[in-house]
Amino acid sequence: MSLARAWAALDGVPDPEVPALSVRDLGLVRELIVDGDAIEVFVTPTYSGCPATEVIAQNVHDALAAAGFGPVTVTQRRAPAWTTDWISDEGRRKLHAYGIAPPGAVSNAIHIRPRQVACPRCNSRDTERLSAFGSTACKSLYRCLGCREPFEHFKAL
Amino acid sequence: MTTSIALERTPRVQYLLRIADTCLIHAQRLAEWCGHGPVLEEDIALTNMALDLMGQTRALLTHAGRLDGNAFDEDQLAFLRDERDFFNLTLVEQPMRRSSAHAPGGDFADTVLRNFLLASWLQLLWQQLADSSDAEVAGIAAKALKEARYHQQHAGDWVQRLGDGTEESAARLRAALGRAWPYTQEMFEHDGVDEAAAASGLGPARQALREAWQQAVAEVFAAAGLALPAATPFVSTGTLGRHSEHMGFMLAEMQVLQRTHPGGRW
Repeated sequence: MSLARAWAALDGVPDPEVPALSVRDLGLVRELIVDGDAIEVFVTPTYSGCPATEVIAQNVHDALAAAGFGPVTVTQRRAPAWTTDWISDEGRRKLHAYGIAPPGAVSNAIHIRPRQVACPRCNSRDTERLSAFGSTACKSLYRCLGCREPFEHFKAL
Repeated sequence: MTTSIALERTPRVQYLLRIADTCLIHAQRLAEWCGHGPVLEEDIALTNMALDLMGQTRALLTHAGRLDGNAFDEDQLAFLRDERDFFNLTLVEQPMRRSSAHAPGGDFADTVLRNFLLASWLQLLWQQLADSSDAEVAGIAAKALKEARYHQQHAGDWVQRLGDGTEESAARLRAALGRAWPYTQEMFEHDGVDEAAAASGLGPARQALREAWQQAVAEVFAAAGLALPAATPFVSTGTLGRHSEHMGFMLAEMQVLQRTHPGGRW
């Protein structure tokens, strides 16, 4: 019961850089251990240098404290390395609705060449990559040749 | 807090500092392009790669600080060590852009080429470190490997674009290769630190990376119309703490805030 309450509290913690998604949608919360009111939460960083890592840990801590847990321990767990495959289906829907093309599945042979990405606005597959890097570490920039709008793509990692 | 610090020179800590410092100093040089990139996309790319490298540095320095036992944190290790206590490859401290009187050399071709040579090396290194007997190092490496792959791909695309571009771009790339190549010998040097790391399973000896590196580099060079130069007798010594003249100027700029306002946080 208290475990469900903890997960529900984490649903309300948005990612600082992609606020349309919660940290849970992004697969950043790896494990919860509840012991009475005490809770330990294991979170994983996206990219090594993601500047939001500390903010996320603080926000996760505060949300669980506000939900009545205490003491709250937030522990970084780096391995196994985060992958965009951990973004939930709900998270992918939210990304698309927010105007960011969601990542494709990460295959064993890692494709880092630009791949065909559908425009999140008009769904045309006639798109091209403008920039390998974007406004945050996790995104690259594309342009739709159908509706002519630029859009961001969440890189598969 | 104002005095300089140094870590114990145990092979284990030394091995990790060589990698951490190479990432840190490379990141610092890449970040000098912030706001000066030849095109906006590259400005963003260079600083994003610097950010990844900085994240890798933070994790490695934190770990090295714990192993050392003096409880120095990542900031102290980055900002309070003196030149002789940094162990990065000499290559990464070389000036990248013509930005000021104390950084006289380099243009975008130097940046592209160095980033490519280094990302190719780091990718191979992370790949092997992902199997390190030190679980923390293995975790750092498995994540860094994904990032280094992307960097290597991106930098390789640029090597090809410049080499296969105009006469001017090809000439500049060849000149950049002439400047960078002598410093690559150090990537494959071998000493007691390498030996101890290989023996304990911490990570590979540098010389074990040479063949795969040359193969990866030669592949892109072929597409760029560049020949792999012959080895040079000169071997730089940054990994031993003996640096080129550029290192001191660079550290002065990198460390000035923490040295002037010890322990300052913002």
